[in-house]
Amino acid sequence: MNFAEQLPVLPIITPLLLAPITLLLPKGRAPHLYATFVSWLTFAACAYLLAAVAQSEAGFFSYHLGAWAPPLGIEYRVDIANALILLLISGIAAVVFPFAYRSVQLEIDERQSPYFYGAMLVCLTGLLGVTITGDAFNVFVFLEISSLATYALVAMGARRDRRALTAAFNYLIMGTIGATFFVIGVGLLYQATGTLNMADLHDRLTGQSNRVVDAGFAFILVGIGLKLAMFPMHLWLPGAYAYAPSAVSAFLAATATKMAVYVLIRFIYTVFGFDFEFLGAAFVWVLLPLGLAGMFVASIVAVFQEDVKRMLAYSSVGQIGYMLLGLSFGTVEGVAASLVHMFNHGLMKGALFMAVACVVLRAGSHSIKAFAGLSRRMPFTAWAFILSGLSLIGVPLTVGFVSKWYLLQAAFEAGYWHVGFLIVLSSLIALLYIGRIVEVMVLRDPPEDGQYAIPNKDAPLEMLIPMWVLVAANIYFGLNTELTGGLATRAAEALTFTAGMGQ
Amino acid sequence: MMETWIDFVVARYNYWIVIVLMMLGLYTVFARGNLVKKIVGLNIFQTSVFIFYITMGKIAGGTAPIYIGGELDHGGGHGGDDHGEGGHGAGHGDAGHGAVGNDNGGHDAGADAHEASSAGADHAKIENTFDANDLKSATNAFEAHDAEDLKAAAGSLHNAPDNLPADIGKSANTTLADAAKEALKTPGFKPEGEAAVHGGANGAEAVAEAAAYHSEVIYTNPLPHVLILTAIVVGVAGTAVGLALAVRIREAYGTIEEDELEAMDNVAEFGDKAAEAAGSAGA
Amino acid sequence: MIQPFVAMGLAVGLPLLGCIAIWLLDKSPNLREAATLLTAGALLILTIIVFIAVGTGARPQLFAFQVIAGLPIAFRAEPLGAMFGVIASGLWLVNSLYSIGYMRGHNEKNQTRFFMSFAVAISAAIGVAYASNLFTLFIFYEVLTLSTFPLVTHYGDEKARNGGRIYLGVLMATSIGLLLPAIVWTYAIADTTEFTVGGVLAGNVDTAGPIVPVLLGLYAFGIGKAALMPVHPWLPNAMVAPTPVSAFLHAVAVVKAGVFSVLKIVVYIFGIDLLRDTGASVPFMWIAAGSILLASLIAMNKDNLKARLAYSTVSQLSYVTLGAMLATSMGVMGGASQIAAHALGKMTLFMCAGAIYVAHHKTLVSELNGLGRVMPWTFGAFFLGAMSIIGLPPMGGSWPKFFLMLGAADAGQIAIIAVLMISSILNVIYLLSIPVRAFYMNPAEGDAKPQGARGAPIQWGHLKEAPLLCVVPPLMTASGALVLFFAADPLYQYLAPIIAEAG
Repeated sequence: MNFAEQLPVLPIITPLLLAPITLLLPKGRAPHLYATFVSWLTFAACAYLLAAVAQSEAGFFSYHLGAWAPPLGIEYRVDIANALILLLISGIAAVVFPFAYRSVQLEIDERQSPYFYGAMLVCLTGLLGVTITGDAFNVFVFLEISSLATYALVAMGARRDRRALTAAFNYLIMGTIGATFFVIGVGLLYQATGTLNMADLHDRLTGQSNRVVDAGFAFILVGIGLKLAMFPMHLWLPGAYAYAPSAVSAFLAATATKMAVYVLIRFIYTVFGFDFEFLGAAFVWVLLPLGLAGMFVASIVAVFQEDVKRMLAYSSVGQIGYMLLGLSFGTVEGVAASLVHMFNHGLMKGALFMAVACVVLRAGSHSIKAFAGLSRRMPFTAWAFILSGLSLIGVPLTVGFVSKWYLLQAAFEAGYWHVGFLIVLSSLIALLYIGRIVEVMVLRDPPEDGQYAIPNKDAPLEMLIPMWVLVAANIYFGLNTELTGGLATRAAEALTFTAGMGQ
Repeated sequence: MMETWIDFVVARYNYWIVIVLMMLGLYTVFARGNLVKKIVGLNIFQTSVFIFYITMGKIAGGTAPIYIGGELDHGGGHGGDDHGEGGHGAGHGDAGHGAVGNDNGGHDAGADAHEASSAGADHAKIENTFDANDLKSATNAFEAHDAEDLKAAAGSLHNAPDNLPADIGKSANTTLADAAKEALKTPGFKPEGEAAVHGGANGAEAVAEAAAYHSEVIYTNPLPHVLILTAIVVGVAGTAVGLALAVRIREAYGTIEEDELEAMDNVAEFGDKAAEAAGSAGA
Repeated sequence: MIQPFVAMGLAVGLPLLGCIAIWLLDKSPNLREAATLLTAGALLILTIIVFIAVGTGARPQLFAFQVIAGLPIAFRAEPLGAMFGVIASGLWLVNSLYSIGYMRGHNEKNQTRFFMSFAVAISAAIGVAYASNLFTLFIFYEVLTLSTFPLVTHYGDEKARNGGRIYLGVLMATSIGLLLPAIVWTYAIADTTEFTVGGVLAGNVDTAGPIVPVLLGLYAFGIGKAALMPVHPWLPNAMVAPTPVSAFLHAVAVVKAGVFSVLKIVVYIFGIDLLRDTGASVPFMWIAAGSILLASLIAMNKDNLKARLAYSTVSQLSYVTLGAMLATSMGVMGGASQIAAHALGKMTLFMCAGAIYVAHHKTLVSELNGLGRVMPWTFGAFFLGAMSIIGLPPMGGSWPKFFLMLGAADAGQIAIIAVLMISSILNVIYLLSIPVRAFYMNPAEGDAKPQGARGAPIQWGHLKEAPLLCVVPPLMTASGALVLFFAADPLYQYLAPIIAEAG
């Protein structure tokens, strides 16, 4: 037993086993420092894992939990696609955790702080677990681990705004229904094949097309759709992200929906594959139209929000539309575009929500009114928001542009001309809602009196540094697409090959 | 005609229960304004899924998958050693093995390679309440694994999975019936096998007999039970969080009725106008 | 002597360094302005080095780095770009001198931001000039849009905000909504976005289908900076900016970058042979012609001097587009020389308008009666500039008109010749009427005593001229326009390779 063999399990057990210790720590700094440390460990493990997978010849690692061989034992199967998502999730965690302290201090009861960081670590475990596992039922278990932690985390926002409680409750209801639908789907697949291992499922589903499998697919699609806030099943998301503590919003917005999109990709491409007749219909009649509808409806709703967090949340729903579009093309370029956008959107939304968290810290509000004249009061925060906002719009030299380029290219090469134009049209809506905030920040004078009159003081360094790390990542990955674009293309090739394109 | 239809419905009564519970639960979640009732609905909904999983793990005549009698690591109970392992050849796993072997996996669709060679458990499936699809997938089970790989099944249970590498789809494409006959006819199966073949008309009994010869117990498929145990734990946790939230909501708002909560939130968001509107609407 | 390719790289990078220097020297305006002028001077030398090298037949290349596989940021100078580079940097130097006079004469606030934005914008303009592929061009095009936004909204009041909103809205909407898909589409068709002699589309595209005209339309309207009607509204609306900014937008960089891009795309992406053979450009030729006349008619009815000049710009820019769309070598030559001639002429006019505003706070044409008697130098320069714009000898502006007419004759479009003539007559009416008023008409009653701006006009005997720095630059550019008339042959010889290359 050497280190490399055990590597795939490290991203899971590190946060999982270390999380309960958080509860034993005295409240205050200690849990925060500890959790930050754990998140960095996890990030290191994920980064190492990605590097190892990218270099391995087979293109994937298979880890047998408890040395029980698949298909009976639970298998962790890491290929480039999920290693990339693992890196994103743990990377965002590694940035959000150090960032969180001041924001959490303000927004959460101090007595709860050990629980808060513990729950964050558990949530991180769940997100990573869903991504890494190669077992369909295990996906459900980790999904619920992360979701349960998330409900609690969202509800902790109640100290500032009691609406966090109702938002968390709604999220719980919808999340549980989604997870249960998913379990039903997995059960049906089990009934049809007698296995839960994804690779095994793929082998046995090949050539099968009957109502049991169709129903299983439909249940899984709806279940994951609820989790990833696919339009029109997104209604829980804006409330949850708007009222959750700012650090939680930043973390979830950047990771949770990405993880769900990844699960969808994994099920569509690895488990079902192009052989599955139902899939074509799902692409053309479900994913593509819903993706487009989400892009437009949610983005337009975002334009009219007075609450910046809520606006960003709606924007997230719209951005999920892009990811669904990419994967619904069913081509290598499309899946690559989806993966790239997942990664990139994580970076930009994380940075945007972090900027909002800084504003909340100083102004005590995330209403658009609190942003007036921000470029003069909190220049570093304001510019972080502006740069990542430009990234969201898709301005060149940012990651948003790379996403858009991949997506457009995929659309054009797949022959969906009209979709290509709809994509750019909807990014113009992003220009509207981001432009609105930017205009307020840059051109309005800071209010002299009233609720939003705050001193000219930028956020503390411990928040600015992590935020600017993400902003820098927004620029860096906009210039160097080797990691995102290159790996995503390789991952997409592998995925579409398993799905049956290579045959 | 009518009768077959009724038979069709009645024979699947367990699925009807699942569906009715599912709809009932979902309806409660969406139609009730009271948060606690919503949670209750959610639980009913989840319960339907539990039943669904249990249903698919059930084997007619099978008992709960809890091991009865004998030492686990003692080869006699379930290993093939006692009764002519060599004679089985490819069909190494005998009926007794099949029964215990259920511990390791599903019965009906055959992740479980044991059943590929053991007629017992697979045969029992014929009597199960599944429709044609399941039979079809059960057939797949026979393709599942090369029985050659099962050589050391007689060890402790913990060793068993190691011996089941996914060597899928190698074996012959035999149908269920053929495979069952084949296994029963294998010379190594000896006298009991004959009895089983003769009793083939009512397979379950024959299989039960065959199984009884070795271990006296038929177990239902334990895997769905394990899964659903996990799901129950998750469900309980979800319920706990939900109820805790309901408590907190009551502390914060003084009510757990959804429409009242919404009205109060509207006031918070849009000020007094909304309050008036809510008031007039309420009146 | 610096290697031309090094000079090219430095030309893009130097203004950014200048920007940082300006920021650091915020506290001492004299040093800050020195930094601006120093940068501008050095930049001019660098672009001249490139210009001379290109004139000897060299095509210096510089590869920066690869963003997405197959899409590098790279530079390659050719005659058109080298000419644009020299014009932009030379006029920036003049404009900087003028800005210093104007901004100080006006005691403007936020001067540091102003000069910083200028430096970034000129860097972007140089990047556009030397871009070796569409992708690079697009990136710098967007940077140019964004960096000029703070300039347009310089005053920060409600009017400036509205103007800025339209400016950014139109330019971003067209570039993201039309130009970006066009580029991706081109890439999907030709698998390259490299500017290639003879075009990259020929041979890769079905010439009978609608693809060529549709794509050309996407480019023609997607390059909003070329202000082809109906995507021109940003230009008049940007008039809210201080006059140096208007001069910069109209003469130095922004609109020139637009028409330059149109010309370059027509010549190096489509290839004029393809356009001539397919006839795809004919509709756009008529749109350009309509734009010329319509804008002139609108200009006649504008009393506000700057608005009149703005519509004159819209009209004059369409000359370049018209030249490109004629799809003949003479047309391209006319368009290319129009870039140079219009830059000098319009620069002069705007700086004169600014000088009038600084000295007498006049913005309306009807207020200018008799003003020429106290500001003879300013109005003298205005007169020369107007002559050049109209195309009267002995000003440089007469050559492009001549080439365009030749080109129209080559293309067999006699009606276009008529359009050009009518347009010149309209130009005479709305431009020459201004100096005529100023010199020959008597000041209106009660207006006898010109009101000084915040800085009192300079008294030279009975003259009340603007500050020296506001008067000398327009005289410089006006004499430049005069020189251009006699330097037509060298210019023609210099640009000849484009049409030779274009065939």
